[in-house]
Amino acid sequence: MTGAAITTIPAPGAGLNTEMKVFAVMAAVLALIGPTGIVYPYFIMQALCFALFACAFNLLIGFVGLLSFGHAMFLGTAGYASAHAAKVWGVAPEVSILFGAAASALLGVLTGLLAIRRQGIYFSMITLALAQMIYFFYLQAKFTHGEDGIQGVPQGKMFGLLDLTRPMTLYFVVLAVFLLAFLLIYRIINSPFGEILKAIRENEPRAISLGYKADQYKLAAFVLSAALAGLAGALKALVAQNASLTDAHWNMSGEVVLMVLVGGLGTIYGPVLGAFVIIAMQQYLAGIGQWVLVAQGVIFVACVLAFRKGVIGVLAERLKIQL
Amino acid sequence: MFNISTQALFSQLLVGLINGSFYALLSLGLAVIFGMLNIINFAHGALYMMGAFCAYFLLSIAGLGYWWALVLSPLIMGAFGMFLERTMLHRLAGLDHLYGLLLTFGLALIFQGLFQNYFGSSGLPYAIPQELTGAQNLGFMFLPNYRAWVVVFSLAVCLATWFAIEKTKLGAYLRAATENPSLVRAFGVNVPRMITLTYGFGVGLAALAGVLAAPINQVRPLMGGDLIIVVFAVVVIGGMGSIMGSIVTGFALGLVEGLTKVFYPEASNTVVFVIMALVLLVKPAGLFGRTA
Repeated sequence: MTGAAITTIPAPGAGLNTEMKVFAVMAAVLALIGPTGIVYPYFIMQALCFALFACAFNLLIGFVGLLSFGHAMFLGTAGYASAHAAKVWGVAPEVSILFGAAASALLGVLTGLLAIRRQGIYFSMITLALAQMIYFFYLQAKFTHGEDGIQGVPQGKMFGLLDLTRPMTLYFVVLAVFLLAFLLIYRIINSPFGEILKAIRENEPRAISLGYKADQYKLAAFVLSAALAGLAGALKALVAQNASLTDAHWNMSGEVVLMVLVGGLGTIYGPVLGAFVIIAMQQYLAGIGQWVLVAQGVIFVACVLAFRKGVIGVLAERLKIQL
Repeated sequence: MFNISTQALFSQLLVGLINGSFYALLSLGLAVIFGMLNIINFAHGALYMMGAFCAYFLLSIAGLGYWWALVLSPLIMGAFGMFLERTMLHRLAGLDHLYGLLLTFGLALIFQGLFQNYFGSSGLPYAIPQELTGAQNLGFMFLPNYRAWVVVFSLAVCLATWFAIEKTKLGAYLRAATENPSLVRAFGVNVPRMITLTYGFGVGLAALAGVLAAPINQVRPLMGGDLIIVVFAVVVIGGMGSIMGSIVTGFALGLVEGLTKVFYPEASNTVVFVIMALVLLVKPAGLFGRTA
């Protein structure tokens, strides 16, 4: 049903090499650009967190055809959970990050069970409404400190060795987590499990008639996406040293949709590029009031009306390769 | 917990009924639009806000008061809605529903961002019309005339809409076109024009709700942003298959929210979402939904 505008990914083997070459280039560029300081490393780290968030979101919309309009709840939940664990319980960063991702995965199970009971447009509205409920919960809960958020989150030493207060160490840890998670998503998409997800996206009744329990696969994909979005949220809390309500607000849910739309729905590199573009745009427009919202809105409208394949989608089509 | 004064109880119930009126008007518009266009209009909250601003501008620029605004604002916004449908939404016909949601979400961001730029986040006052100032003493509570008017008028508009869609010939065309547009076109009915008019009508309802809300909630750029999400939950609870369903669900949830404010205020923001979750567990298609 969503197939018309979404690039289909063929069986593994066809374009594997180009994809891995691009991955090597991406990893090399990111590893080299940080230490040179051409671009502010904090900006890249932030963009990488959003890129991971967007990739997690894309796993659902691009490969299962489910548009979640509430993914901010996973980003926000993991941010709060990991920040609380690191600051109040004083656990090591690797533990707080995993705790954050686990909290989001748990939330993913609960909300996923409800949301997959409806399809299409209702799925989007339900995830949006559930996310708004979670937002109000965080607004009122004591441990989130309301409008202030959890500030001054300690970064600590990862595995007792890597001192994350040193910017370059933090940079390479964030980069490593991002690259590993990216490979994991790539692996999921190209696994037999991923193929079944795509079959469900293309024709759910047929997948069911072939004996696949579509709901279980959808839930599994939803929880995976939630956990990976949580990983992004926990990482972001560690980088920014705070967890705030902004990350749980519906604006954030919209932003991640925009990132993926700009980069290319259902492409592998689209979310990464989209995240960098949108975060860069926010940096430039940050000083001038609400024009960021207007600009985002205009990009949304332009993409939907004239540019539904996104940058990477168009590029892949022109070059006749998988990206 | 139960030693609540009847005064407080009834005044919260009234607030609930008022909110319920807005939920009903907005979810009715969403349902009508969804029926014809297969689009969930995310811009509905922003258009509701613009309806209120329209009333504000009519007063401050043209000197036209509340009663004029009540007629003109829905017409102006309805025309604006038809313009949006002709220039943009129209191009999405045949595509996946998701694109309609994304496009209207983008429009909502643009409208809300523009109004926030020029008017900030604070509210602009809008006076209650002279004829409706004052209140009635009902013995157990004071009933402000304007609030009574909002509830009664919204209910009347909702029922008139229900009547027009379910009982008139035009409504029959509309329902037929919802079921099978190409067949209705074959009978010589101009379906594209009906689609445009339907979108305009839905937007007009949102603008009407905006005008009604202006004297109560002030005119604020952010007044529609969070409201639309609650209305989405209302739509999920009621199911979009039935016009009467949207109306009943809207008013009922407003009342439930009001009651929650009395007995457990901490949950008043979230109660609609909790009910949505429960309804999804028990009856996934929604209380009035026809198919899953």
